[in-house]
Amino acid sequence: MRITQGTFSFLPDLTDDEITAQIAYALEHGWPCSVEFTDDPHPRNTYWEMWGLPLFDLADPAAVLDEVRACREEHPEHYVRVNAYDASLGRQTVALSFLVQRPSEEPGFRLDRQEGVDRRINYSIHSYATERPAGSRYGASAGPSTRGNGNGNGRH
Amino acid sequence: MADRWSAGVIPYAEMGYWQPDYEPKDTDLLCAFRVTPQDGVPPEEAGAAVAGESSTATWTVVWTDRLTTFEHYQAKCYRVEPVPGVEGQWIAYIAYDLDLFEEGSIANLTSSIIGNVFGFKPLKALRLEDMRIPPHYVKTFQGPAHGIVTEREYLNKFGRPLLGATTKPKLGLSSRNYGRVVYEALRGGLDFTKDDENINSQPFMRWRDRFISCMEAVNKAQAETGEVKGHYLNVTAADMEDIYERAEFAKDLGSVIVMVDLTVGYTAIQSLAKWARRNGVILHLHRAGHATYTRQKNHGVSFRVISKWMRLAGVDHIHAGTVVGKLEGDPASVHGFYDVLRKGRYDADPSKGLFFSQDWVSMPATMPVASGGIHAGQMHQLLHHLGEDTVLQFGGGTIGHPMGIASGAEANRVAVESMIKARNEGKDYVTEGPEILREAAKRNKPLDMALSTWGDITFDYASTDTVDATPTPA
Repeated sequence: MRITQGTFSFLPDLTDDEITAQIAYALEHGWPCSVEFTDDPHPRNTYWEMWGLPLFDLADPAAVLDEVRACREEHPEHYVRVNAYDASLGRQTVALSFLVQRPSEEPGFRLDRQEGVDRRINYSIHSYATERPAGSRYGASAGPSTRGNGNGNGRH
Repeated sequence: MADRWSAGVIPYAEMGYWQPDYEPKDTDLLCAFRVTPQDGVPPEEAGAAVAGESSTATWTVVWTDRLTTFEHYQAKCYRVEPVPGVEGQWIAYIAYDLDLFEEGSIANLTSSIIGNVFGFKPLKALRLEDMRIPPHYVKTFQGPAHGIVTEREYLNKFGRPLLGATTKPKLGLSSRNYGRVVYEALRGGLDFTKDDENINSQPFMRWRDRFISCMEAVNKAQAETGEVKGHYLNVTAADMEDIYERAEFAKDLGSVIVMVDLTVGYTAIQSLAKWARRNGVILHLHRAGHATYTRQKNHGVSFRVISKWMRLAGVDHIHAGTVVGKLEGDPASVHGFYDVLRKGRYDADPSKGLFFSQDWVSMPATMPVASGGIHAGQMHQLLHHLGEDTVLQFGGGTIGHPMGIASGAEANRVAVESMIKARNEGKDYVTEGPEILREAAKRNKPLDMALSTWGDITFDYASTDTVDATPTPA
């Protein structure tokens, strides 16, 4: 399957030039970018791992793309997304969020149904990727506790 | 002063309802009325009569006014201006002291302002064009149960308009067939599907069966796409007990959103908005019936005022026009409605029909919904007119797709993503829109089919409710 989270999932995967153009659009609006990755694309998995802190001070799209590349290199079989953040009053939320990498195989989700009374059904979405422990999903690549994760030095 | 209190009838203007020197206070609620007086009635008297009849006055002098600080409670018409280019119509500006209104009550506000006066004989017609709601009064309302920001975070969808479709045919499908339409549309790429306003609980499909079928469809589509999806389950019913029962059931089934029709009334809407915030369910409002009083320019209540009332009342979504679709919607007026619903504050702008500036003092925004006769081939115009924070609803434009409903949904999603991508890349997407869509359609058969089926369809009729630009009060 192909998950369709993110602003551009119905288009062909973006090239690095196309990613750079979107980053440039965000930075022109004063929206700093951040890079996040995960191996569990459950639709309710809000908190993907942060590839360092949001890039508040990076004004050069190429420099943001370097971080995307570094994250991909370290996590070649994870989902990676770029978020652009609008801190203005009344927004203070994500302005744009799009995938910049998918794993080579996307196993998708199973829908579990628990039959209740009165024809009610409790639904649960099971992410196949989580059948293996974090850190060993999608082949041998590393999990969410490596370089760039929460080191707090602001470099990323 | 003695004459003022003589028993009998004296002009409203002479009873203190016409005060051209009055300086509105920051705390006053201000209204702009379009007044069409009967022949021979001076505009100042007509404006004063509106002020009087929407506040303290009755048709004759009453001595009991003297038991009150009546000047405080009298509404004051402080300005009258001819409507440019229209014979016999004036805009009357009226100020109301905040003490005239109950806190947090749309019912009280509307009973005061539009309660009696619209049938007043000395006027041929009357229209409430706009209302400035002072921050002091705004703060007494709950406002949107969630608002645009929270809704987007809840749905995990950013940077593009949301996409929806109303299930068609509007009437007659069984719940099993109905759920099929929902499933196909959501798995194909839409974010939302929707009950129509008149889908409640009829013999061909009872509400409980519909809710169960729709939630099966929603959950299945979520599992297939990895995205959060929703179906606006219409909880409109004959009484609040039934409305709450349906809303509770929708929540129990895990629906992210419910909907209600404007026909249930302001108080029911406020009740449901409270319920929606308490239960973490988004509230969609269909403006069923509004055009009976919003469309004609000389009489009724402008939709920009209804928009303000509904943002105060606490809905998260409201249908607010498409500009390019099949239903009434002058571009400038619709831009004004969208500003009312979405902005944190704005200045008066006569070109959009906004007579007053308005400060919402951090009240969350209501998401405008564009629905009715729109299709993928108009995506550049829709984005241009309506922006990103909107739900574009393609009912026929999804379900009528020749390759099937899921393909119709996919066509719309590819179209919107292509347009956003092009815009963000700095392209002149409004001019190059058709070219951008054709280019995207080369890689996507459903979009190609959508463009060849509907590409030329437009609804090009003159609007009824247009803006007559007037100067704004200083």
